[in-house]
Amino acid sequence: MVNENTDAILRWIPLLPLLAAAVHGVMIGLVRRTAPRWLVNTLSCGSVGLAFLLSCYAFFRLVGLDDDARFLVDSLYTWFGAGVGDTRFSAEMGLRLDPLSSVMTLVVTGVGFLIHLYSIGYMADDHREDRGYQRFFCYLNLFTFSMLVLVMADNLVLLFLGWEGVGLCSYLLIGFWYSDRWNAFCGSKAFIVNRIGDFGFLVGIFVLFGALAQVGSPSVAFADIRASYDLIRELTIPAPFWGESWRVVEVVGICFFIGAAGKSAQIPLYVWLPDAMAGPTPVSALIHAATMVTAGDYMVARLAFLYADAPVASSVMAWIGGLTAFVAATIAICQTDIKKVLAYSTVSQLGYMFLAAGTGGYTASIFHLVTHAFFKALLFLGAGSVILAMHHEQDIEKMGGLARRIRQTHFVFLVGVVAIAGFPPFSGFFSKDEILLAAYASHVPGHFWLYALGLLTAGITSFYMFRLYYKVFHGECRATADVREHIHEQPPIIVYPLWVLAALSVVGGLIGFPLVYGEWFGVEDSHSLNNWLNKVVGEASYHVPHSTEYVMALAAIGMSTAGLLLARFLYLSRPDLPPRIATSFAGVQRLLVNKYWVDEIYDALIVRPLVLISDRVFYRGVDAGLIDGFAVNGLGRSVRGIASGGLKYLQSGLTQSYVFSMLVGAAAILWYLAR
Amino acid sequence: MSAQQVLFYGFAAFAVISALGMVLNVRNTVAAALSLVVTMVALAGIYVLLEAHLVAAIQVMVYGGAIVVLFLFVVMLLNLRSDDFQPGRARLQKLAGALIGIALLAQIVRSSVDLPALPPVPPGFGGYRQLGIALYTDYVLLVEVASLLLTAAIVGALILAKRKID
Amino acid sequence: MIPLEHVILLSAVLFGIGIVGVVTRRNLIVVLMSIELMLNAVNLAFVGFNRMWPGAPGQNALDGQVFVLMVITVAAAEVAVGLGIVISMFRNRDSVDIEEVSLLKW
Repeated sequence: MVNENTDAILRWIPLLPLLAAAVHGVMIGLVRRTAPRWLVNTLSCGSVGLAFLLSCYAFFRLVGLDDDARFLVDSLYTWFGAGVGDTRFSAEMGLRLDPLSSVMTLVVTGVGFLIHLYSIGYMADDHREDRGYQRFFCYLNLFTFSMLVLVMADNLVLLFLGWEGVGLCSYLLIGFWYSDRWNAFCGSKAFIVNRIGDFGFLVGIFVLFGALAQVGSPSVAFADIRASYDLIRELTIPAPFWGESWRVVEVVGICFFIGAAGKSAQIPLYVWLPDAMAGPTPVSALIHAATMVTAGDYMVARLAFLYADAPVASSVMAWIGGLTAFVAATIAICQTDIKKVLAYSTVSQLGYMFLAAGTGGYTASIFHLVTHAFFKALLFLGAGSVILAMHHEQDIEKMGGLARRIRQTHFVFLVGVVAIAGFPPFSGFFSKDEILLAAYASHVPGHFWLYALGLLTAGITSFYMFRLYYKVFHGECRATADVREHIHEQPPIIVYPLWVLAALSVVGGLIGFPLVYGEWFGVEDSHSLNNWLNKVVGEASYHVPHSTEYVMALAAIGMSTAGLLLARFLYLSRPDLPPRIATSFAGVQRLLVNKYWVDEIYDALIVRPLVLISDRVFYRGVDAGLIDGFAVNGLGRSVRGIASGGLKYLQSGLTQSYVFSMLVGAAAILWYLAR
Repeated sequence: MSAQQVLFYGFAAFAVISALGMVLNVRNTVAAALSLVVTMVALAGIYVLLEAHLVAAIQVMVYGGAIVVLFLFVVMLLNLRSDDFQPGRARLQKLAGALIGIALLAQIVRSSVDLPALPPVPPGFGGYRQLGIALYTDYVLLVEVASLLLTAAIVGALILAKRKID
Repeated sequence: MIPLEHVILLSAVLFGIGIVGVVTRRNLIVVLMSIELMLNAVNLAFVGFNRMWPGAPGQNALDGQVFVLMVITVAAAEVAVGLGIVISMFRNRDSVDIEEVSLLKW
């Protein structure tokens, strides 16, 4: 149906990066010469930049639409279908741009474009034979395509396609420098852990579709699910062990959250994210800070109407989010690799997003997603600039005193740190504050303790971020002499995107300016993001009196300041103290440095037994022994045995024996015919 | 018992005894061939009793007069006298064959009871005229094929028996 | 009147004797003669059945006898070729023992 809501422009937003990736792929695979750099740069950055412009255009078109029908659709074709009649399933290739996905596309293409520019500088010295430079941009474009498909999909199956696609690109990009086996291993780890989450996701899709088909609406398109939601909200599944039955929507909610936990690195599936730092820094910035890991949060927001009606699933999500935020923050305190600190920080902030989503603050969750994209990308890219300046040194114990040597990077990095610590008027304050508000005012069991946990984590966040800042940029430079000589600022192509992101980190909070403060400036309805999204994710279900809001804001600022002061004290004023504290609390310190030994526990409990079973039982026992040895070889051996042991003696060469055999056979037939 | 039946059983006895003589005789190959001739002639006699006159005549001429003679030629050519080969291993096979034969026989006997009496025969049945007509009208193709077969057999026999192919 | 069952019985007996000869005897020539005996037994059966069903009066159905003629023809041809083989074999091995020609075995 072509109406005013259809816009064929939509398909070009994901298609442009895809075409660029395809061209790169063809050039790498078929045309065996190394492409000129300018071509690669233009193709990649140009396609993403154009996609960004198209997203802006689509955004403005959306703005011009009526509040009730604020969406644009673009139906391409039917991918596949199965079944007939009431339970017919068809997977459509259709795109839908509504306020939520428009926010996501802008973030993906905008931040993605900046990171593409940055990568031109970052990967500049990659002159390997395998055309690594072009390969990198090919994968980046492919990733952008997948992510855009994910956020613009109008049905669950296409979303899952994008979901898998970003997982694949994450694997390809983490293991980009694959000649080092460790990198390849990290890529595999990311993909495999993701896969576990994907299994939950698929089960969720199956259950949801089953329920929908049962009520006669067998469509996985979001619009259709939403329309027929009332029909399925009371359905239940019998629960064999618990004695009672479970609501279908709760089961679906939890299954989808398992998928989100895999993709967005929540407990217990977060272990891949820190190791994903083995990839190039732009990859960490784009995929593991701004976009891919936010896919889970987007999916939850997309299904907000379902989660708002599923208190158990939401509570689980909120608590896991909160715990993840806290645990990851504690680990970050003791890390010494600059990228690892940021990685755990990402896990922690993602926990915040799920905390918000679980307590009904879907808008807050998306708000934090956007601001986090800005300042975390900034921090990662800044870290990349530092790493380049330090000649690929990532250990913060070997840094220090860089503030005067790389001034621009220092400045933008500071902006990022302040933003994530949550100081007003930087963007991080507003989004984090709103999350804490949602936690405080929600009906999740134990929500006050959840709020307290979030508040405490905010303090810890401020602490470890400032620790990072002081250790890297202040104090005396602990680098070796020859490295110290060559520390210099990076070329503009690296620095300029940093400035843009810094600016966004500062002003980004304005899109979600709380009503409370808006009144001070005489601005009604200042929370633009809320107004923009509320038709899609629903009105915020919490209301707190203004006085409470002020108190909470002050509490948050207080925690952030406490963290800053503590970090300043320990790492700037008295740098001799931390080692002494470490020895006093050696047990705690070891626990944190070793990340609570989670990886080791997983290895012992899950990985090793699995590998053992696979090798001993399935490979040696079933495959080599049973199938190969018994069935295949055994069959051959038995045939040979029968033939050479018995059958061959029939060939005696004596004519009369043959005649006799014929006689016996003929007699048998005759006897049978004449019986 | 009519004369026909007496003659029939007499010829039958001859045939069987001569056949046994041919098969069981291990000493003299020529004697075996001659026993075969007796069997052929006895069978020819039975054919006459069954109103197949031309066939009987041909049986005597071709089988008795040509085929067995051929056997004798070869025996004399190769100067075979006695057949000293002992059956050896075939003892078990002989027994088995005998048993099978008896079983077959019993089966045939069992399934061939209750046949009606022989009907009267039309005049000229089995005579040369009728047979000639049948051969050259209904079965002319068979005749042609038979001639082809004989040609092939002649050529084959010639080549097989040559000392040298030149 | 000759009962047909006896004719068939005789045919079967002769056939059996022929088989015994083929399977048991080691002299190739005797084997060939036994084969002739078998063919004769079959001829007898044909003639017997033809006598049983000689066709409608006026039309004679002589199919059985015609076939007997064909069998005799084939037998003649077969004997000729078979004896040729016997002669070749004798020239090669100086013996007509059938158990000498057993090279095509395991």
